[in-house]
Amino acid sequence: MQQIFNFIFKNSNRILFLLLLGISLFLTVQSHSYHKSRVISSANFLSGGVYEKINNVSEYLSLKTQNEALAIENARLKSLLFKTKDSSAIKRFQNLKVTLPDDVVVSKVIRNSFNVHENFLTLNSGSDAGLEPDMGVINNLGIVGIIDKTSKNFATVVSILNVKSQINAKIKKSNHFGSLIWNGRSTGFVQLIDVPRLAAIRKGDTIVTGGQSVIFPENINIGTVDKVEIDNKTHYYTINVKLFNDMTNLGHVYVIKSKNRTEFNNLEKTTKHE
Amino acid sequence: MNSTLLVNISRFILLLAVQIIFFNNMGFLGFIMPLPYILFIILYPVNGNKSGLLIASFLLGLMMDVFSNSGGIHTTACLVLAFVRPSIFKFSFGVSYEYQTIKLNDVLTPERFSFILISVVIHHFTLFILEAFQISFFLDILLRAFLSTIFTVISCIIIIYLIKPNKR
Repeated sequence: MQQIFNFIFKNSNRILFLLLLGISLFLTVQSHSYHKSRVISSANFLSGGVYEKINNVSEYLSLKTQNEALAIENARLKSLLFKTKDSSAIKRFQNLKVTLPDDVVVSKVIRNSFNVHENFLTLNSGSDAGLEPDMGVINNLGIVGIIDKTSKNFATVVSILNVKSQINAKIKKSNHFGSLIWNGRSTGFVQLIDVPRLAAIRKGDTIVTGGQSVIFPENINIGTVDKVEIDNKTHYYTINVKLFNDMTNLGHVYVIKSKNRTEFNNLEKTTKHE
Repeated sequence: MNSTLLVNISRFILLLAVQIIFFNNMGFLGFIMPLPYILFIILYPVNGNKSGLLIASFLLGLMMDVFSNSGGIHTTACLVLAFVRPSIFKFSFGVSYEYQTIKLNDVLTPERFSFILISVVIHHFTLFILEAFQISFFLDILLRAFLSTIFTVISCIIIIYLIKPNKR
């Protein structure tokens, strides 16, 4: 017994190191294995609050560009409104009793990261504003990411610049689907993989979100085709997509609350049970 | 409350604040990030309490992980650096380092520079290997770790010169 105590006292540093190393490696591994299960995230009141304070200050520096972006978007929406008034599109929808499927919550990025392989953003609204995990986040130029975790007042977002993110996307012109991933290199480009060879693709074609999930509505802009390669192993196209969004400069964003979401999820659940 | 403890606590908070507010938002070429917060571990007193250093660097890394959503990679890298620190001292300052009065935050000598460089290299390689966790990014990891090391060393030396106590 005496010897055991002696051993522990003599190696107390090493034992402490191994203990703490075990904890930290556990945190690392479990955050890599499945990102939903991460124990610590910046959606807590401490780091969220600090980031909000920092953002309150740095926001002033970009007020002018933010205002310009908003004015441009307003003009675009106005023009859309004028166009629809002329056509009979609105009336037709009213007759069919089609409600808008999606609700939009405005939020602000208080922390942006783009210089590691797994990038996350922090938003300044959380479950109090009705945000839930797996909701889509966009801004006026295109998609930004998917909500990962929410707390009362903050939420973290898996950026599209995250090597773990995978989003359903398609070529606007031809409706060929693929998966949007990021190879971890440039912040201006993402990759669209698994596009069948049949698809006719040209440089400059627009890539938009596909309608195969409830996270994003169909036809939200992502980017344009920059370079097309053929994967040697799978013989599918791998397309380098130039993003419309400047992911290094994000301000206000919109979170999409799909109204069909609960219905869709319940349907999926019952299908899996059977 | 002695002054060493107070100095260390304030250094912990200040370096963390500078890292989060200033250096984390600083991406040279999109992905190079200087991490001078590890100066806390580098500047910890040579004959200070070793278990204290381990616990402090664990907390330091944990705070960084909370703020950057990175799981436990900063924690692990800081712990590894804190644990191998005596060996780096032995390498840079010779075997009898414990009996000398080593002051790190002073004029840059080859010994001090090699100590800072080796510490930063060990920390960064642990960090970037854990961050990618995949062999397929190996060249990318090497490049990132190498470039970030350069920038961290530069920012560390600048900070040391800025906070150096002028007692002459």
